[in-house]
Amino acid sequence: MSLTTQLRPDLAVIAAHVAPASRVLDIGCGDGSLMEALETGKDCDARGLELDGALVERCVARGLSVVQGDANVDLADYPDKAFDYAILSQTLQTATRPDLMLDELLRVGRRAFVSFPNFAHWRTRAALMFGGRMPVTRALPVSWYETENIHHVTVEDFRDLAQMKGAKIERAWFFAHEMQISDLGANWRAEFAVFELSR
Amino acid sequence: MAPFTDHSSLYRIPHPLPLDSGQMLEDAEIAFCTYGTLAPDKSNAVLVCHALTGDQYVASEHPITGKPGWWERMVGPGKPIDTDRFFVICANVIGSCMGSTGPASIASDGAPYAMRFPVITIRDMVRGLVGLLDGLEIAQLHAVVGGSMGGMQALSLAANWPDRAARVLVIASTARHSAQNIAFHEVGRQAIMADPAWAGGNYYAEKARPDNGLAVARMAAHITYLSEAGLTEKFGRRLQDRDAKSFGFDADFQVESYLRYQGSGFTRRFDANSYLYITRAMDYLDIAEEHGGKLANAFARAQARFCIVSFDTDWLYPTAESRHIVHALNAAGAKVSFVELSAAHGHDSFLLEHEQLDRVVEGFLA
Repeated sequence: MSLTTQLRPDLAVIAAHVAPASRVLDIGCGDGSLMEALETGKDCDARGLELDGALVERCVARGLSVVQGDANVDLADYPDKAFDYAILSQTLQTATRPDLMLDELLRVGRRAFVSFPNFAHWRTRAALMFGGRMPVTRALPVSWYETENIHHVTVEDFRDLAQMKGAKIERAWFFAHEMQISDLGANWRAEFAVFELSR
Repeated sequence: MAPFTDHSSLYRIPHPLPLDSGQMLEDAEIAFCTYGTLAPDKSNAVLVCHALTGDQYVASEHPITGKPGWWERMVGPGKPIDTDRFFVICANVIGSCMGSTGPASIASDGAPYAMRFPVITIRDMVRGLVGLLDGLEIAQLHAVVGGSMGGMQALSLAANWPDRAARVLVIASTARHSAQNIAFHEVGRQAIMADPAWAGGNYYAEKARPDNGLAVARMAAHITYLSEAGLTEKFGRRLQDRDAKSFGFDADFQVESYLRYQGSGFTRRFDANSYLYITRAMDYLDIAEEHGGKLANAFARAQARFCIVSFDTDWLYPTAESRHIVHALNAAGAKVSFVELSAAHGHDSFLLEHEQLDRVVEGFLA
């Protein structure tokens, strides 16, 4: 799995935990790095959905099957349980309705991987508490007025949402400084979180 | 009617072609050009399907107009459809007029078919292409590629002969003709049939041909291939070779002059009856209807990889039509990519310079 070593940590952990030869939908697949890792490293049948046409073009040029579209509306076009996994990396907090998107993930996929930046990380809390301004941190580097993150979420918020939606949290991974950390005090310590869900 | 150049070959399909109308087309001939070298295992063949008024001269000089091939920027050595690597086939569809059997061809009684030529469909055109592939003993294409009506043929091949192509690339096309599409075609057909020289289609022996009607048909259609912004940018309200309006009905405006030029140029290379037959075939296209009313059913047996491309300014076959295809392919579980490209010039963008399109085509065929 040499390819996964070049992946962003949240993508690497997802790539490492997708079962081999699965059917996967990568929502917000970007330049297709995760899809390529899954196809070459895990013999998966990977499909992608990406809003940015320039990124779609790069994916197609890599031989990947990627559809240009908006996950907020176009997920509805996919049949129920068409995939073993639906993957949503660093996109939930940009969704118009993250709760509805989670429903869609668990409708099109038997399982879902969701990764997101944790707004309750201590740096974020400190920036807000002591700075009195919307945090601009390593994990959330964009100012409030131009960020795509319109629904900030914390590890605990996400656990609540999963429970409310009747989704079972199969596994969870947490990261700080690009390294995996234990789940002890994750809501304080984690910059990013990855959840594996089923329903 | 077309003189043959060295570039074009002719293949006679050794069996009658059964048509969607229930009729049979006997002794159908397919005129085609090839580029590059067929690999010993015949694995590198790419079939390029042409649009309504296109022909087999995809990358070679047109024998009548002397102009370069209609997709020379896409097909050739080192081009996105690389003839150093691929054996590229482009065939004139049946019903057309550049060497394949069509209404201008001579029927068994020694006279041109004219309107006795059977009404054909896009699927019938593809039957002819499959006949050619059989003749070339090519079991599976590396890819089938087409823009506009060419894309319709590519989709029809994928739906009806799912084993014949490993990759299906559909550009600026649709799986069904809309009411608006049919309406524009009907304007064109009525223009041709209203021309006294059309004479019920029996003009081949006459001096006069329905050139006026055909030119008007082409002018109306040509507008649908462009975008409003493109027309404005190219012509605006600029006057043609004059400083003031003539207060008459000459081509005062550049756009009028341009359309007239397009129309009259077209009559030199195209047969009016072929225009009737091919537009009819396009209007009859509804791939879902051929498969129980559900487009996803059409692709239930598809194993190919698909790539669907649309242009944001194409109002003839807008992005929504491409998305409709993508939706069906997704529902069928087919491997599909889709990208909407930005282009200024509407439907015709697929024929014009477009680096992003080049990269998508090259990448998808790789």
